[in-house]
Amino acid sequence: MSMNNSNDRDGSVATQSHARRRAAMAVLAKAARADIARGLSQIGTDVAFTDARPAEIGLVMLRGRIGGGGAPFNVGEATVTRAAVRLDSGETGFGYVFGRDPERARLAALCDALWQNDAKRQPVEDHIISPLRQQQQERRALAQAQTAATRVDFFTLVRGEDER
Amino acid sequence: MYVAVKGGERAIDNAHALLADKRRGDRNVPELSLEQIDNQLALAVDRVMCEGSLYDRELAALAIKQARGDMIEAIFLLRAYRTTLPRFGASEPIDTGAMDIRRRISATFKDLPGGQVLGPTFDYTHRLLDHTLTADSDIAPAATAPADAATFRSVADLLAGGGLIEGDAQATGEVGDLTREPLSFPAGRDLRLQNLARGDEGFLLALAYSTQRGFGRNHPFAGEIRYGEVEIEFFAEDAGFAVPLGVVAITECQMVNQFTGSATQAPRFTRGYGISFGQSERKSMAMALVDRALRAKELGEEAGSPAQDEEFVLSHSDNVQATGFVEHLKLPHYVDFQAELGLLRKLQAEFFERDAQTEAQLQDAAE
Repeated sequence: MSMNNSNDRDGSVATQSHARRRAAMAVLAKAARADIARGLSQIGTDVAFTDARPAEIGLVMLRGRIGGGGAPFNVGEATVTRAAVRLDSGETGFGYVFGRDPERARLAALCDALWQNDAKRQPVEDHIISPLRQQQQERRALAQAQTAATRVDFFTLVRGEDER
Repeated sequence: MYVAVKGGERAIDNAHALLADKRRGDRNVPELSLEQIDNQLALAVDRVMCEGSLYDRELAALAIKQARGDMIEAIFLLRAYRTTLPRFGASEPIDTGAMDIRRRISATFKDLPGGQVLGPTFDYTHRLLDHTLTADSDIAPAATAPADAATFRSVADLLAGGGLIEGDAQATGEVGDLTREPLSFPAGRDLRLQNLARGDEGFLLALAYSTQRGFGRNHPFAGEIRYGEVEIEFFAEDAGFAVPLGVVAITECQMVNQFTGSATQAPRFTRGYGISFGQSERKSMAMALVDRALRAKELGEEAGSPAQDEEFVLSHSDNVQATGFVEHLKLPHYVDFQAELGLLRKLQAEFFERDAQTEAQLQDAAE
């Protein structure tokens, strides 16, 4: 999928780190509010922060491609909530998530900010991202296994004239 | 002259209170929850999101509940709601090739890579009413099978390899948006597809059917239908990169249609494209057929059928606009009607006067 990586110029370490941050954000975007909150309570939020952008509900126009791979066109909109928080240590985290739950967007932004903090990254990965990722992968694996059970196995019946 | 008439406030208030009462129905029957609608009327939710042109399962479920199951009313509610929100921007284009597949079938190739996976489908059911569903049902969990890391290569890709099918037209210029600029004709394919994506399923189904029956025939095959989840990214200005927003469920239909060629180009299959929110297979298929029909001029075909007439199709596909204009006839037209009545009386008076004169003349002639 195409994406703009502003960290490319800093070399592959920064690029890798950016990819990990985006992967963490992808997990948070799919997580329930209560699950993020539970994870945050486990790592202890002794970090002071302010709302850089108070949570706001809005729309994002979802685009498809003509024929699946051609020019973009507008399919329809989706509700999205966004928020940004700034830690007193300087990191700014962003939460952009489908739906209309301001607190969920704010908690996702807080996790993203903490993830960028060297001291907090590992606890965030261990107590929030990893368990959520596992939960999401399990759910996905079940859906894929159920889908796989509906795969058609074609077989050809022996035709009468071939047996003679 | 326009005469304003007031009155009816109490009647209207009481009518709305009665509506609320009827919506709730028998108080001894448990009230529907939005989760129940989302889970158990999932395809109704999909349709309302699709034609309401707003992906939000909870809001669509609420709209269905509020509308008492009237789908067009629910779609109207969703359309009205979206106008109250600011737009942050547009997503990165969806990569349907990277879809987490829940269903994928092809009517053109039996053994395509990834195979035919049926997923949750009404196909092959006998359409017999299942009376066990009248009571609480105890449904066993669905069967599972090992899911190999199958890659579901698209049928268009397979045919493109041999130069047997037209490719995707690449981007030129701005992406049209009919929610910002009123539609004008001729409309680009981007605008046509946006219009069809939010168009009424019944209307598109009827038009698609008409092409099959000979009104703009283009000999279609369901090259591929896929349904599943796609990850969506959005370039966030403040973050400075494309952030993941989560996943949405999408149905995509690639219709493969009969050939076109020219003096300089070998004959090849053409295509029609359909995409919709949720599991909306009939809608996606109808959209793909109508998309292909609307390309008649571009492909040098004779275009005389309703489904090939873009002004006719695109101007009448929107069920919120359509219901607005049809249903406004219910609203008081007392003054309009009085004017018509006055005119009719005058015409009748002239008619009878003429009649009487003719009769008098006839009588004179007879005597």
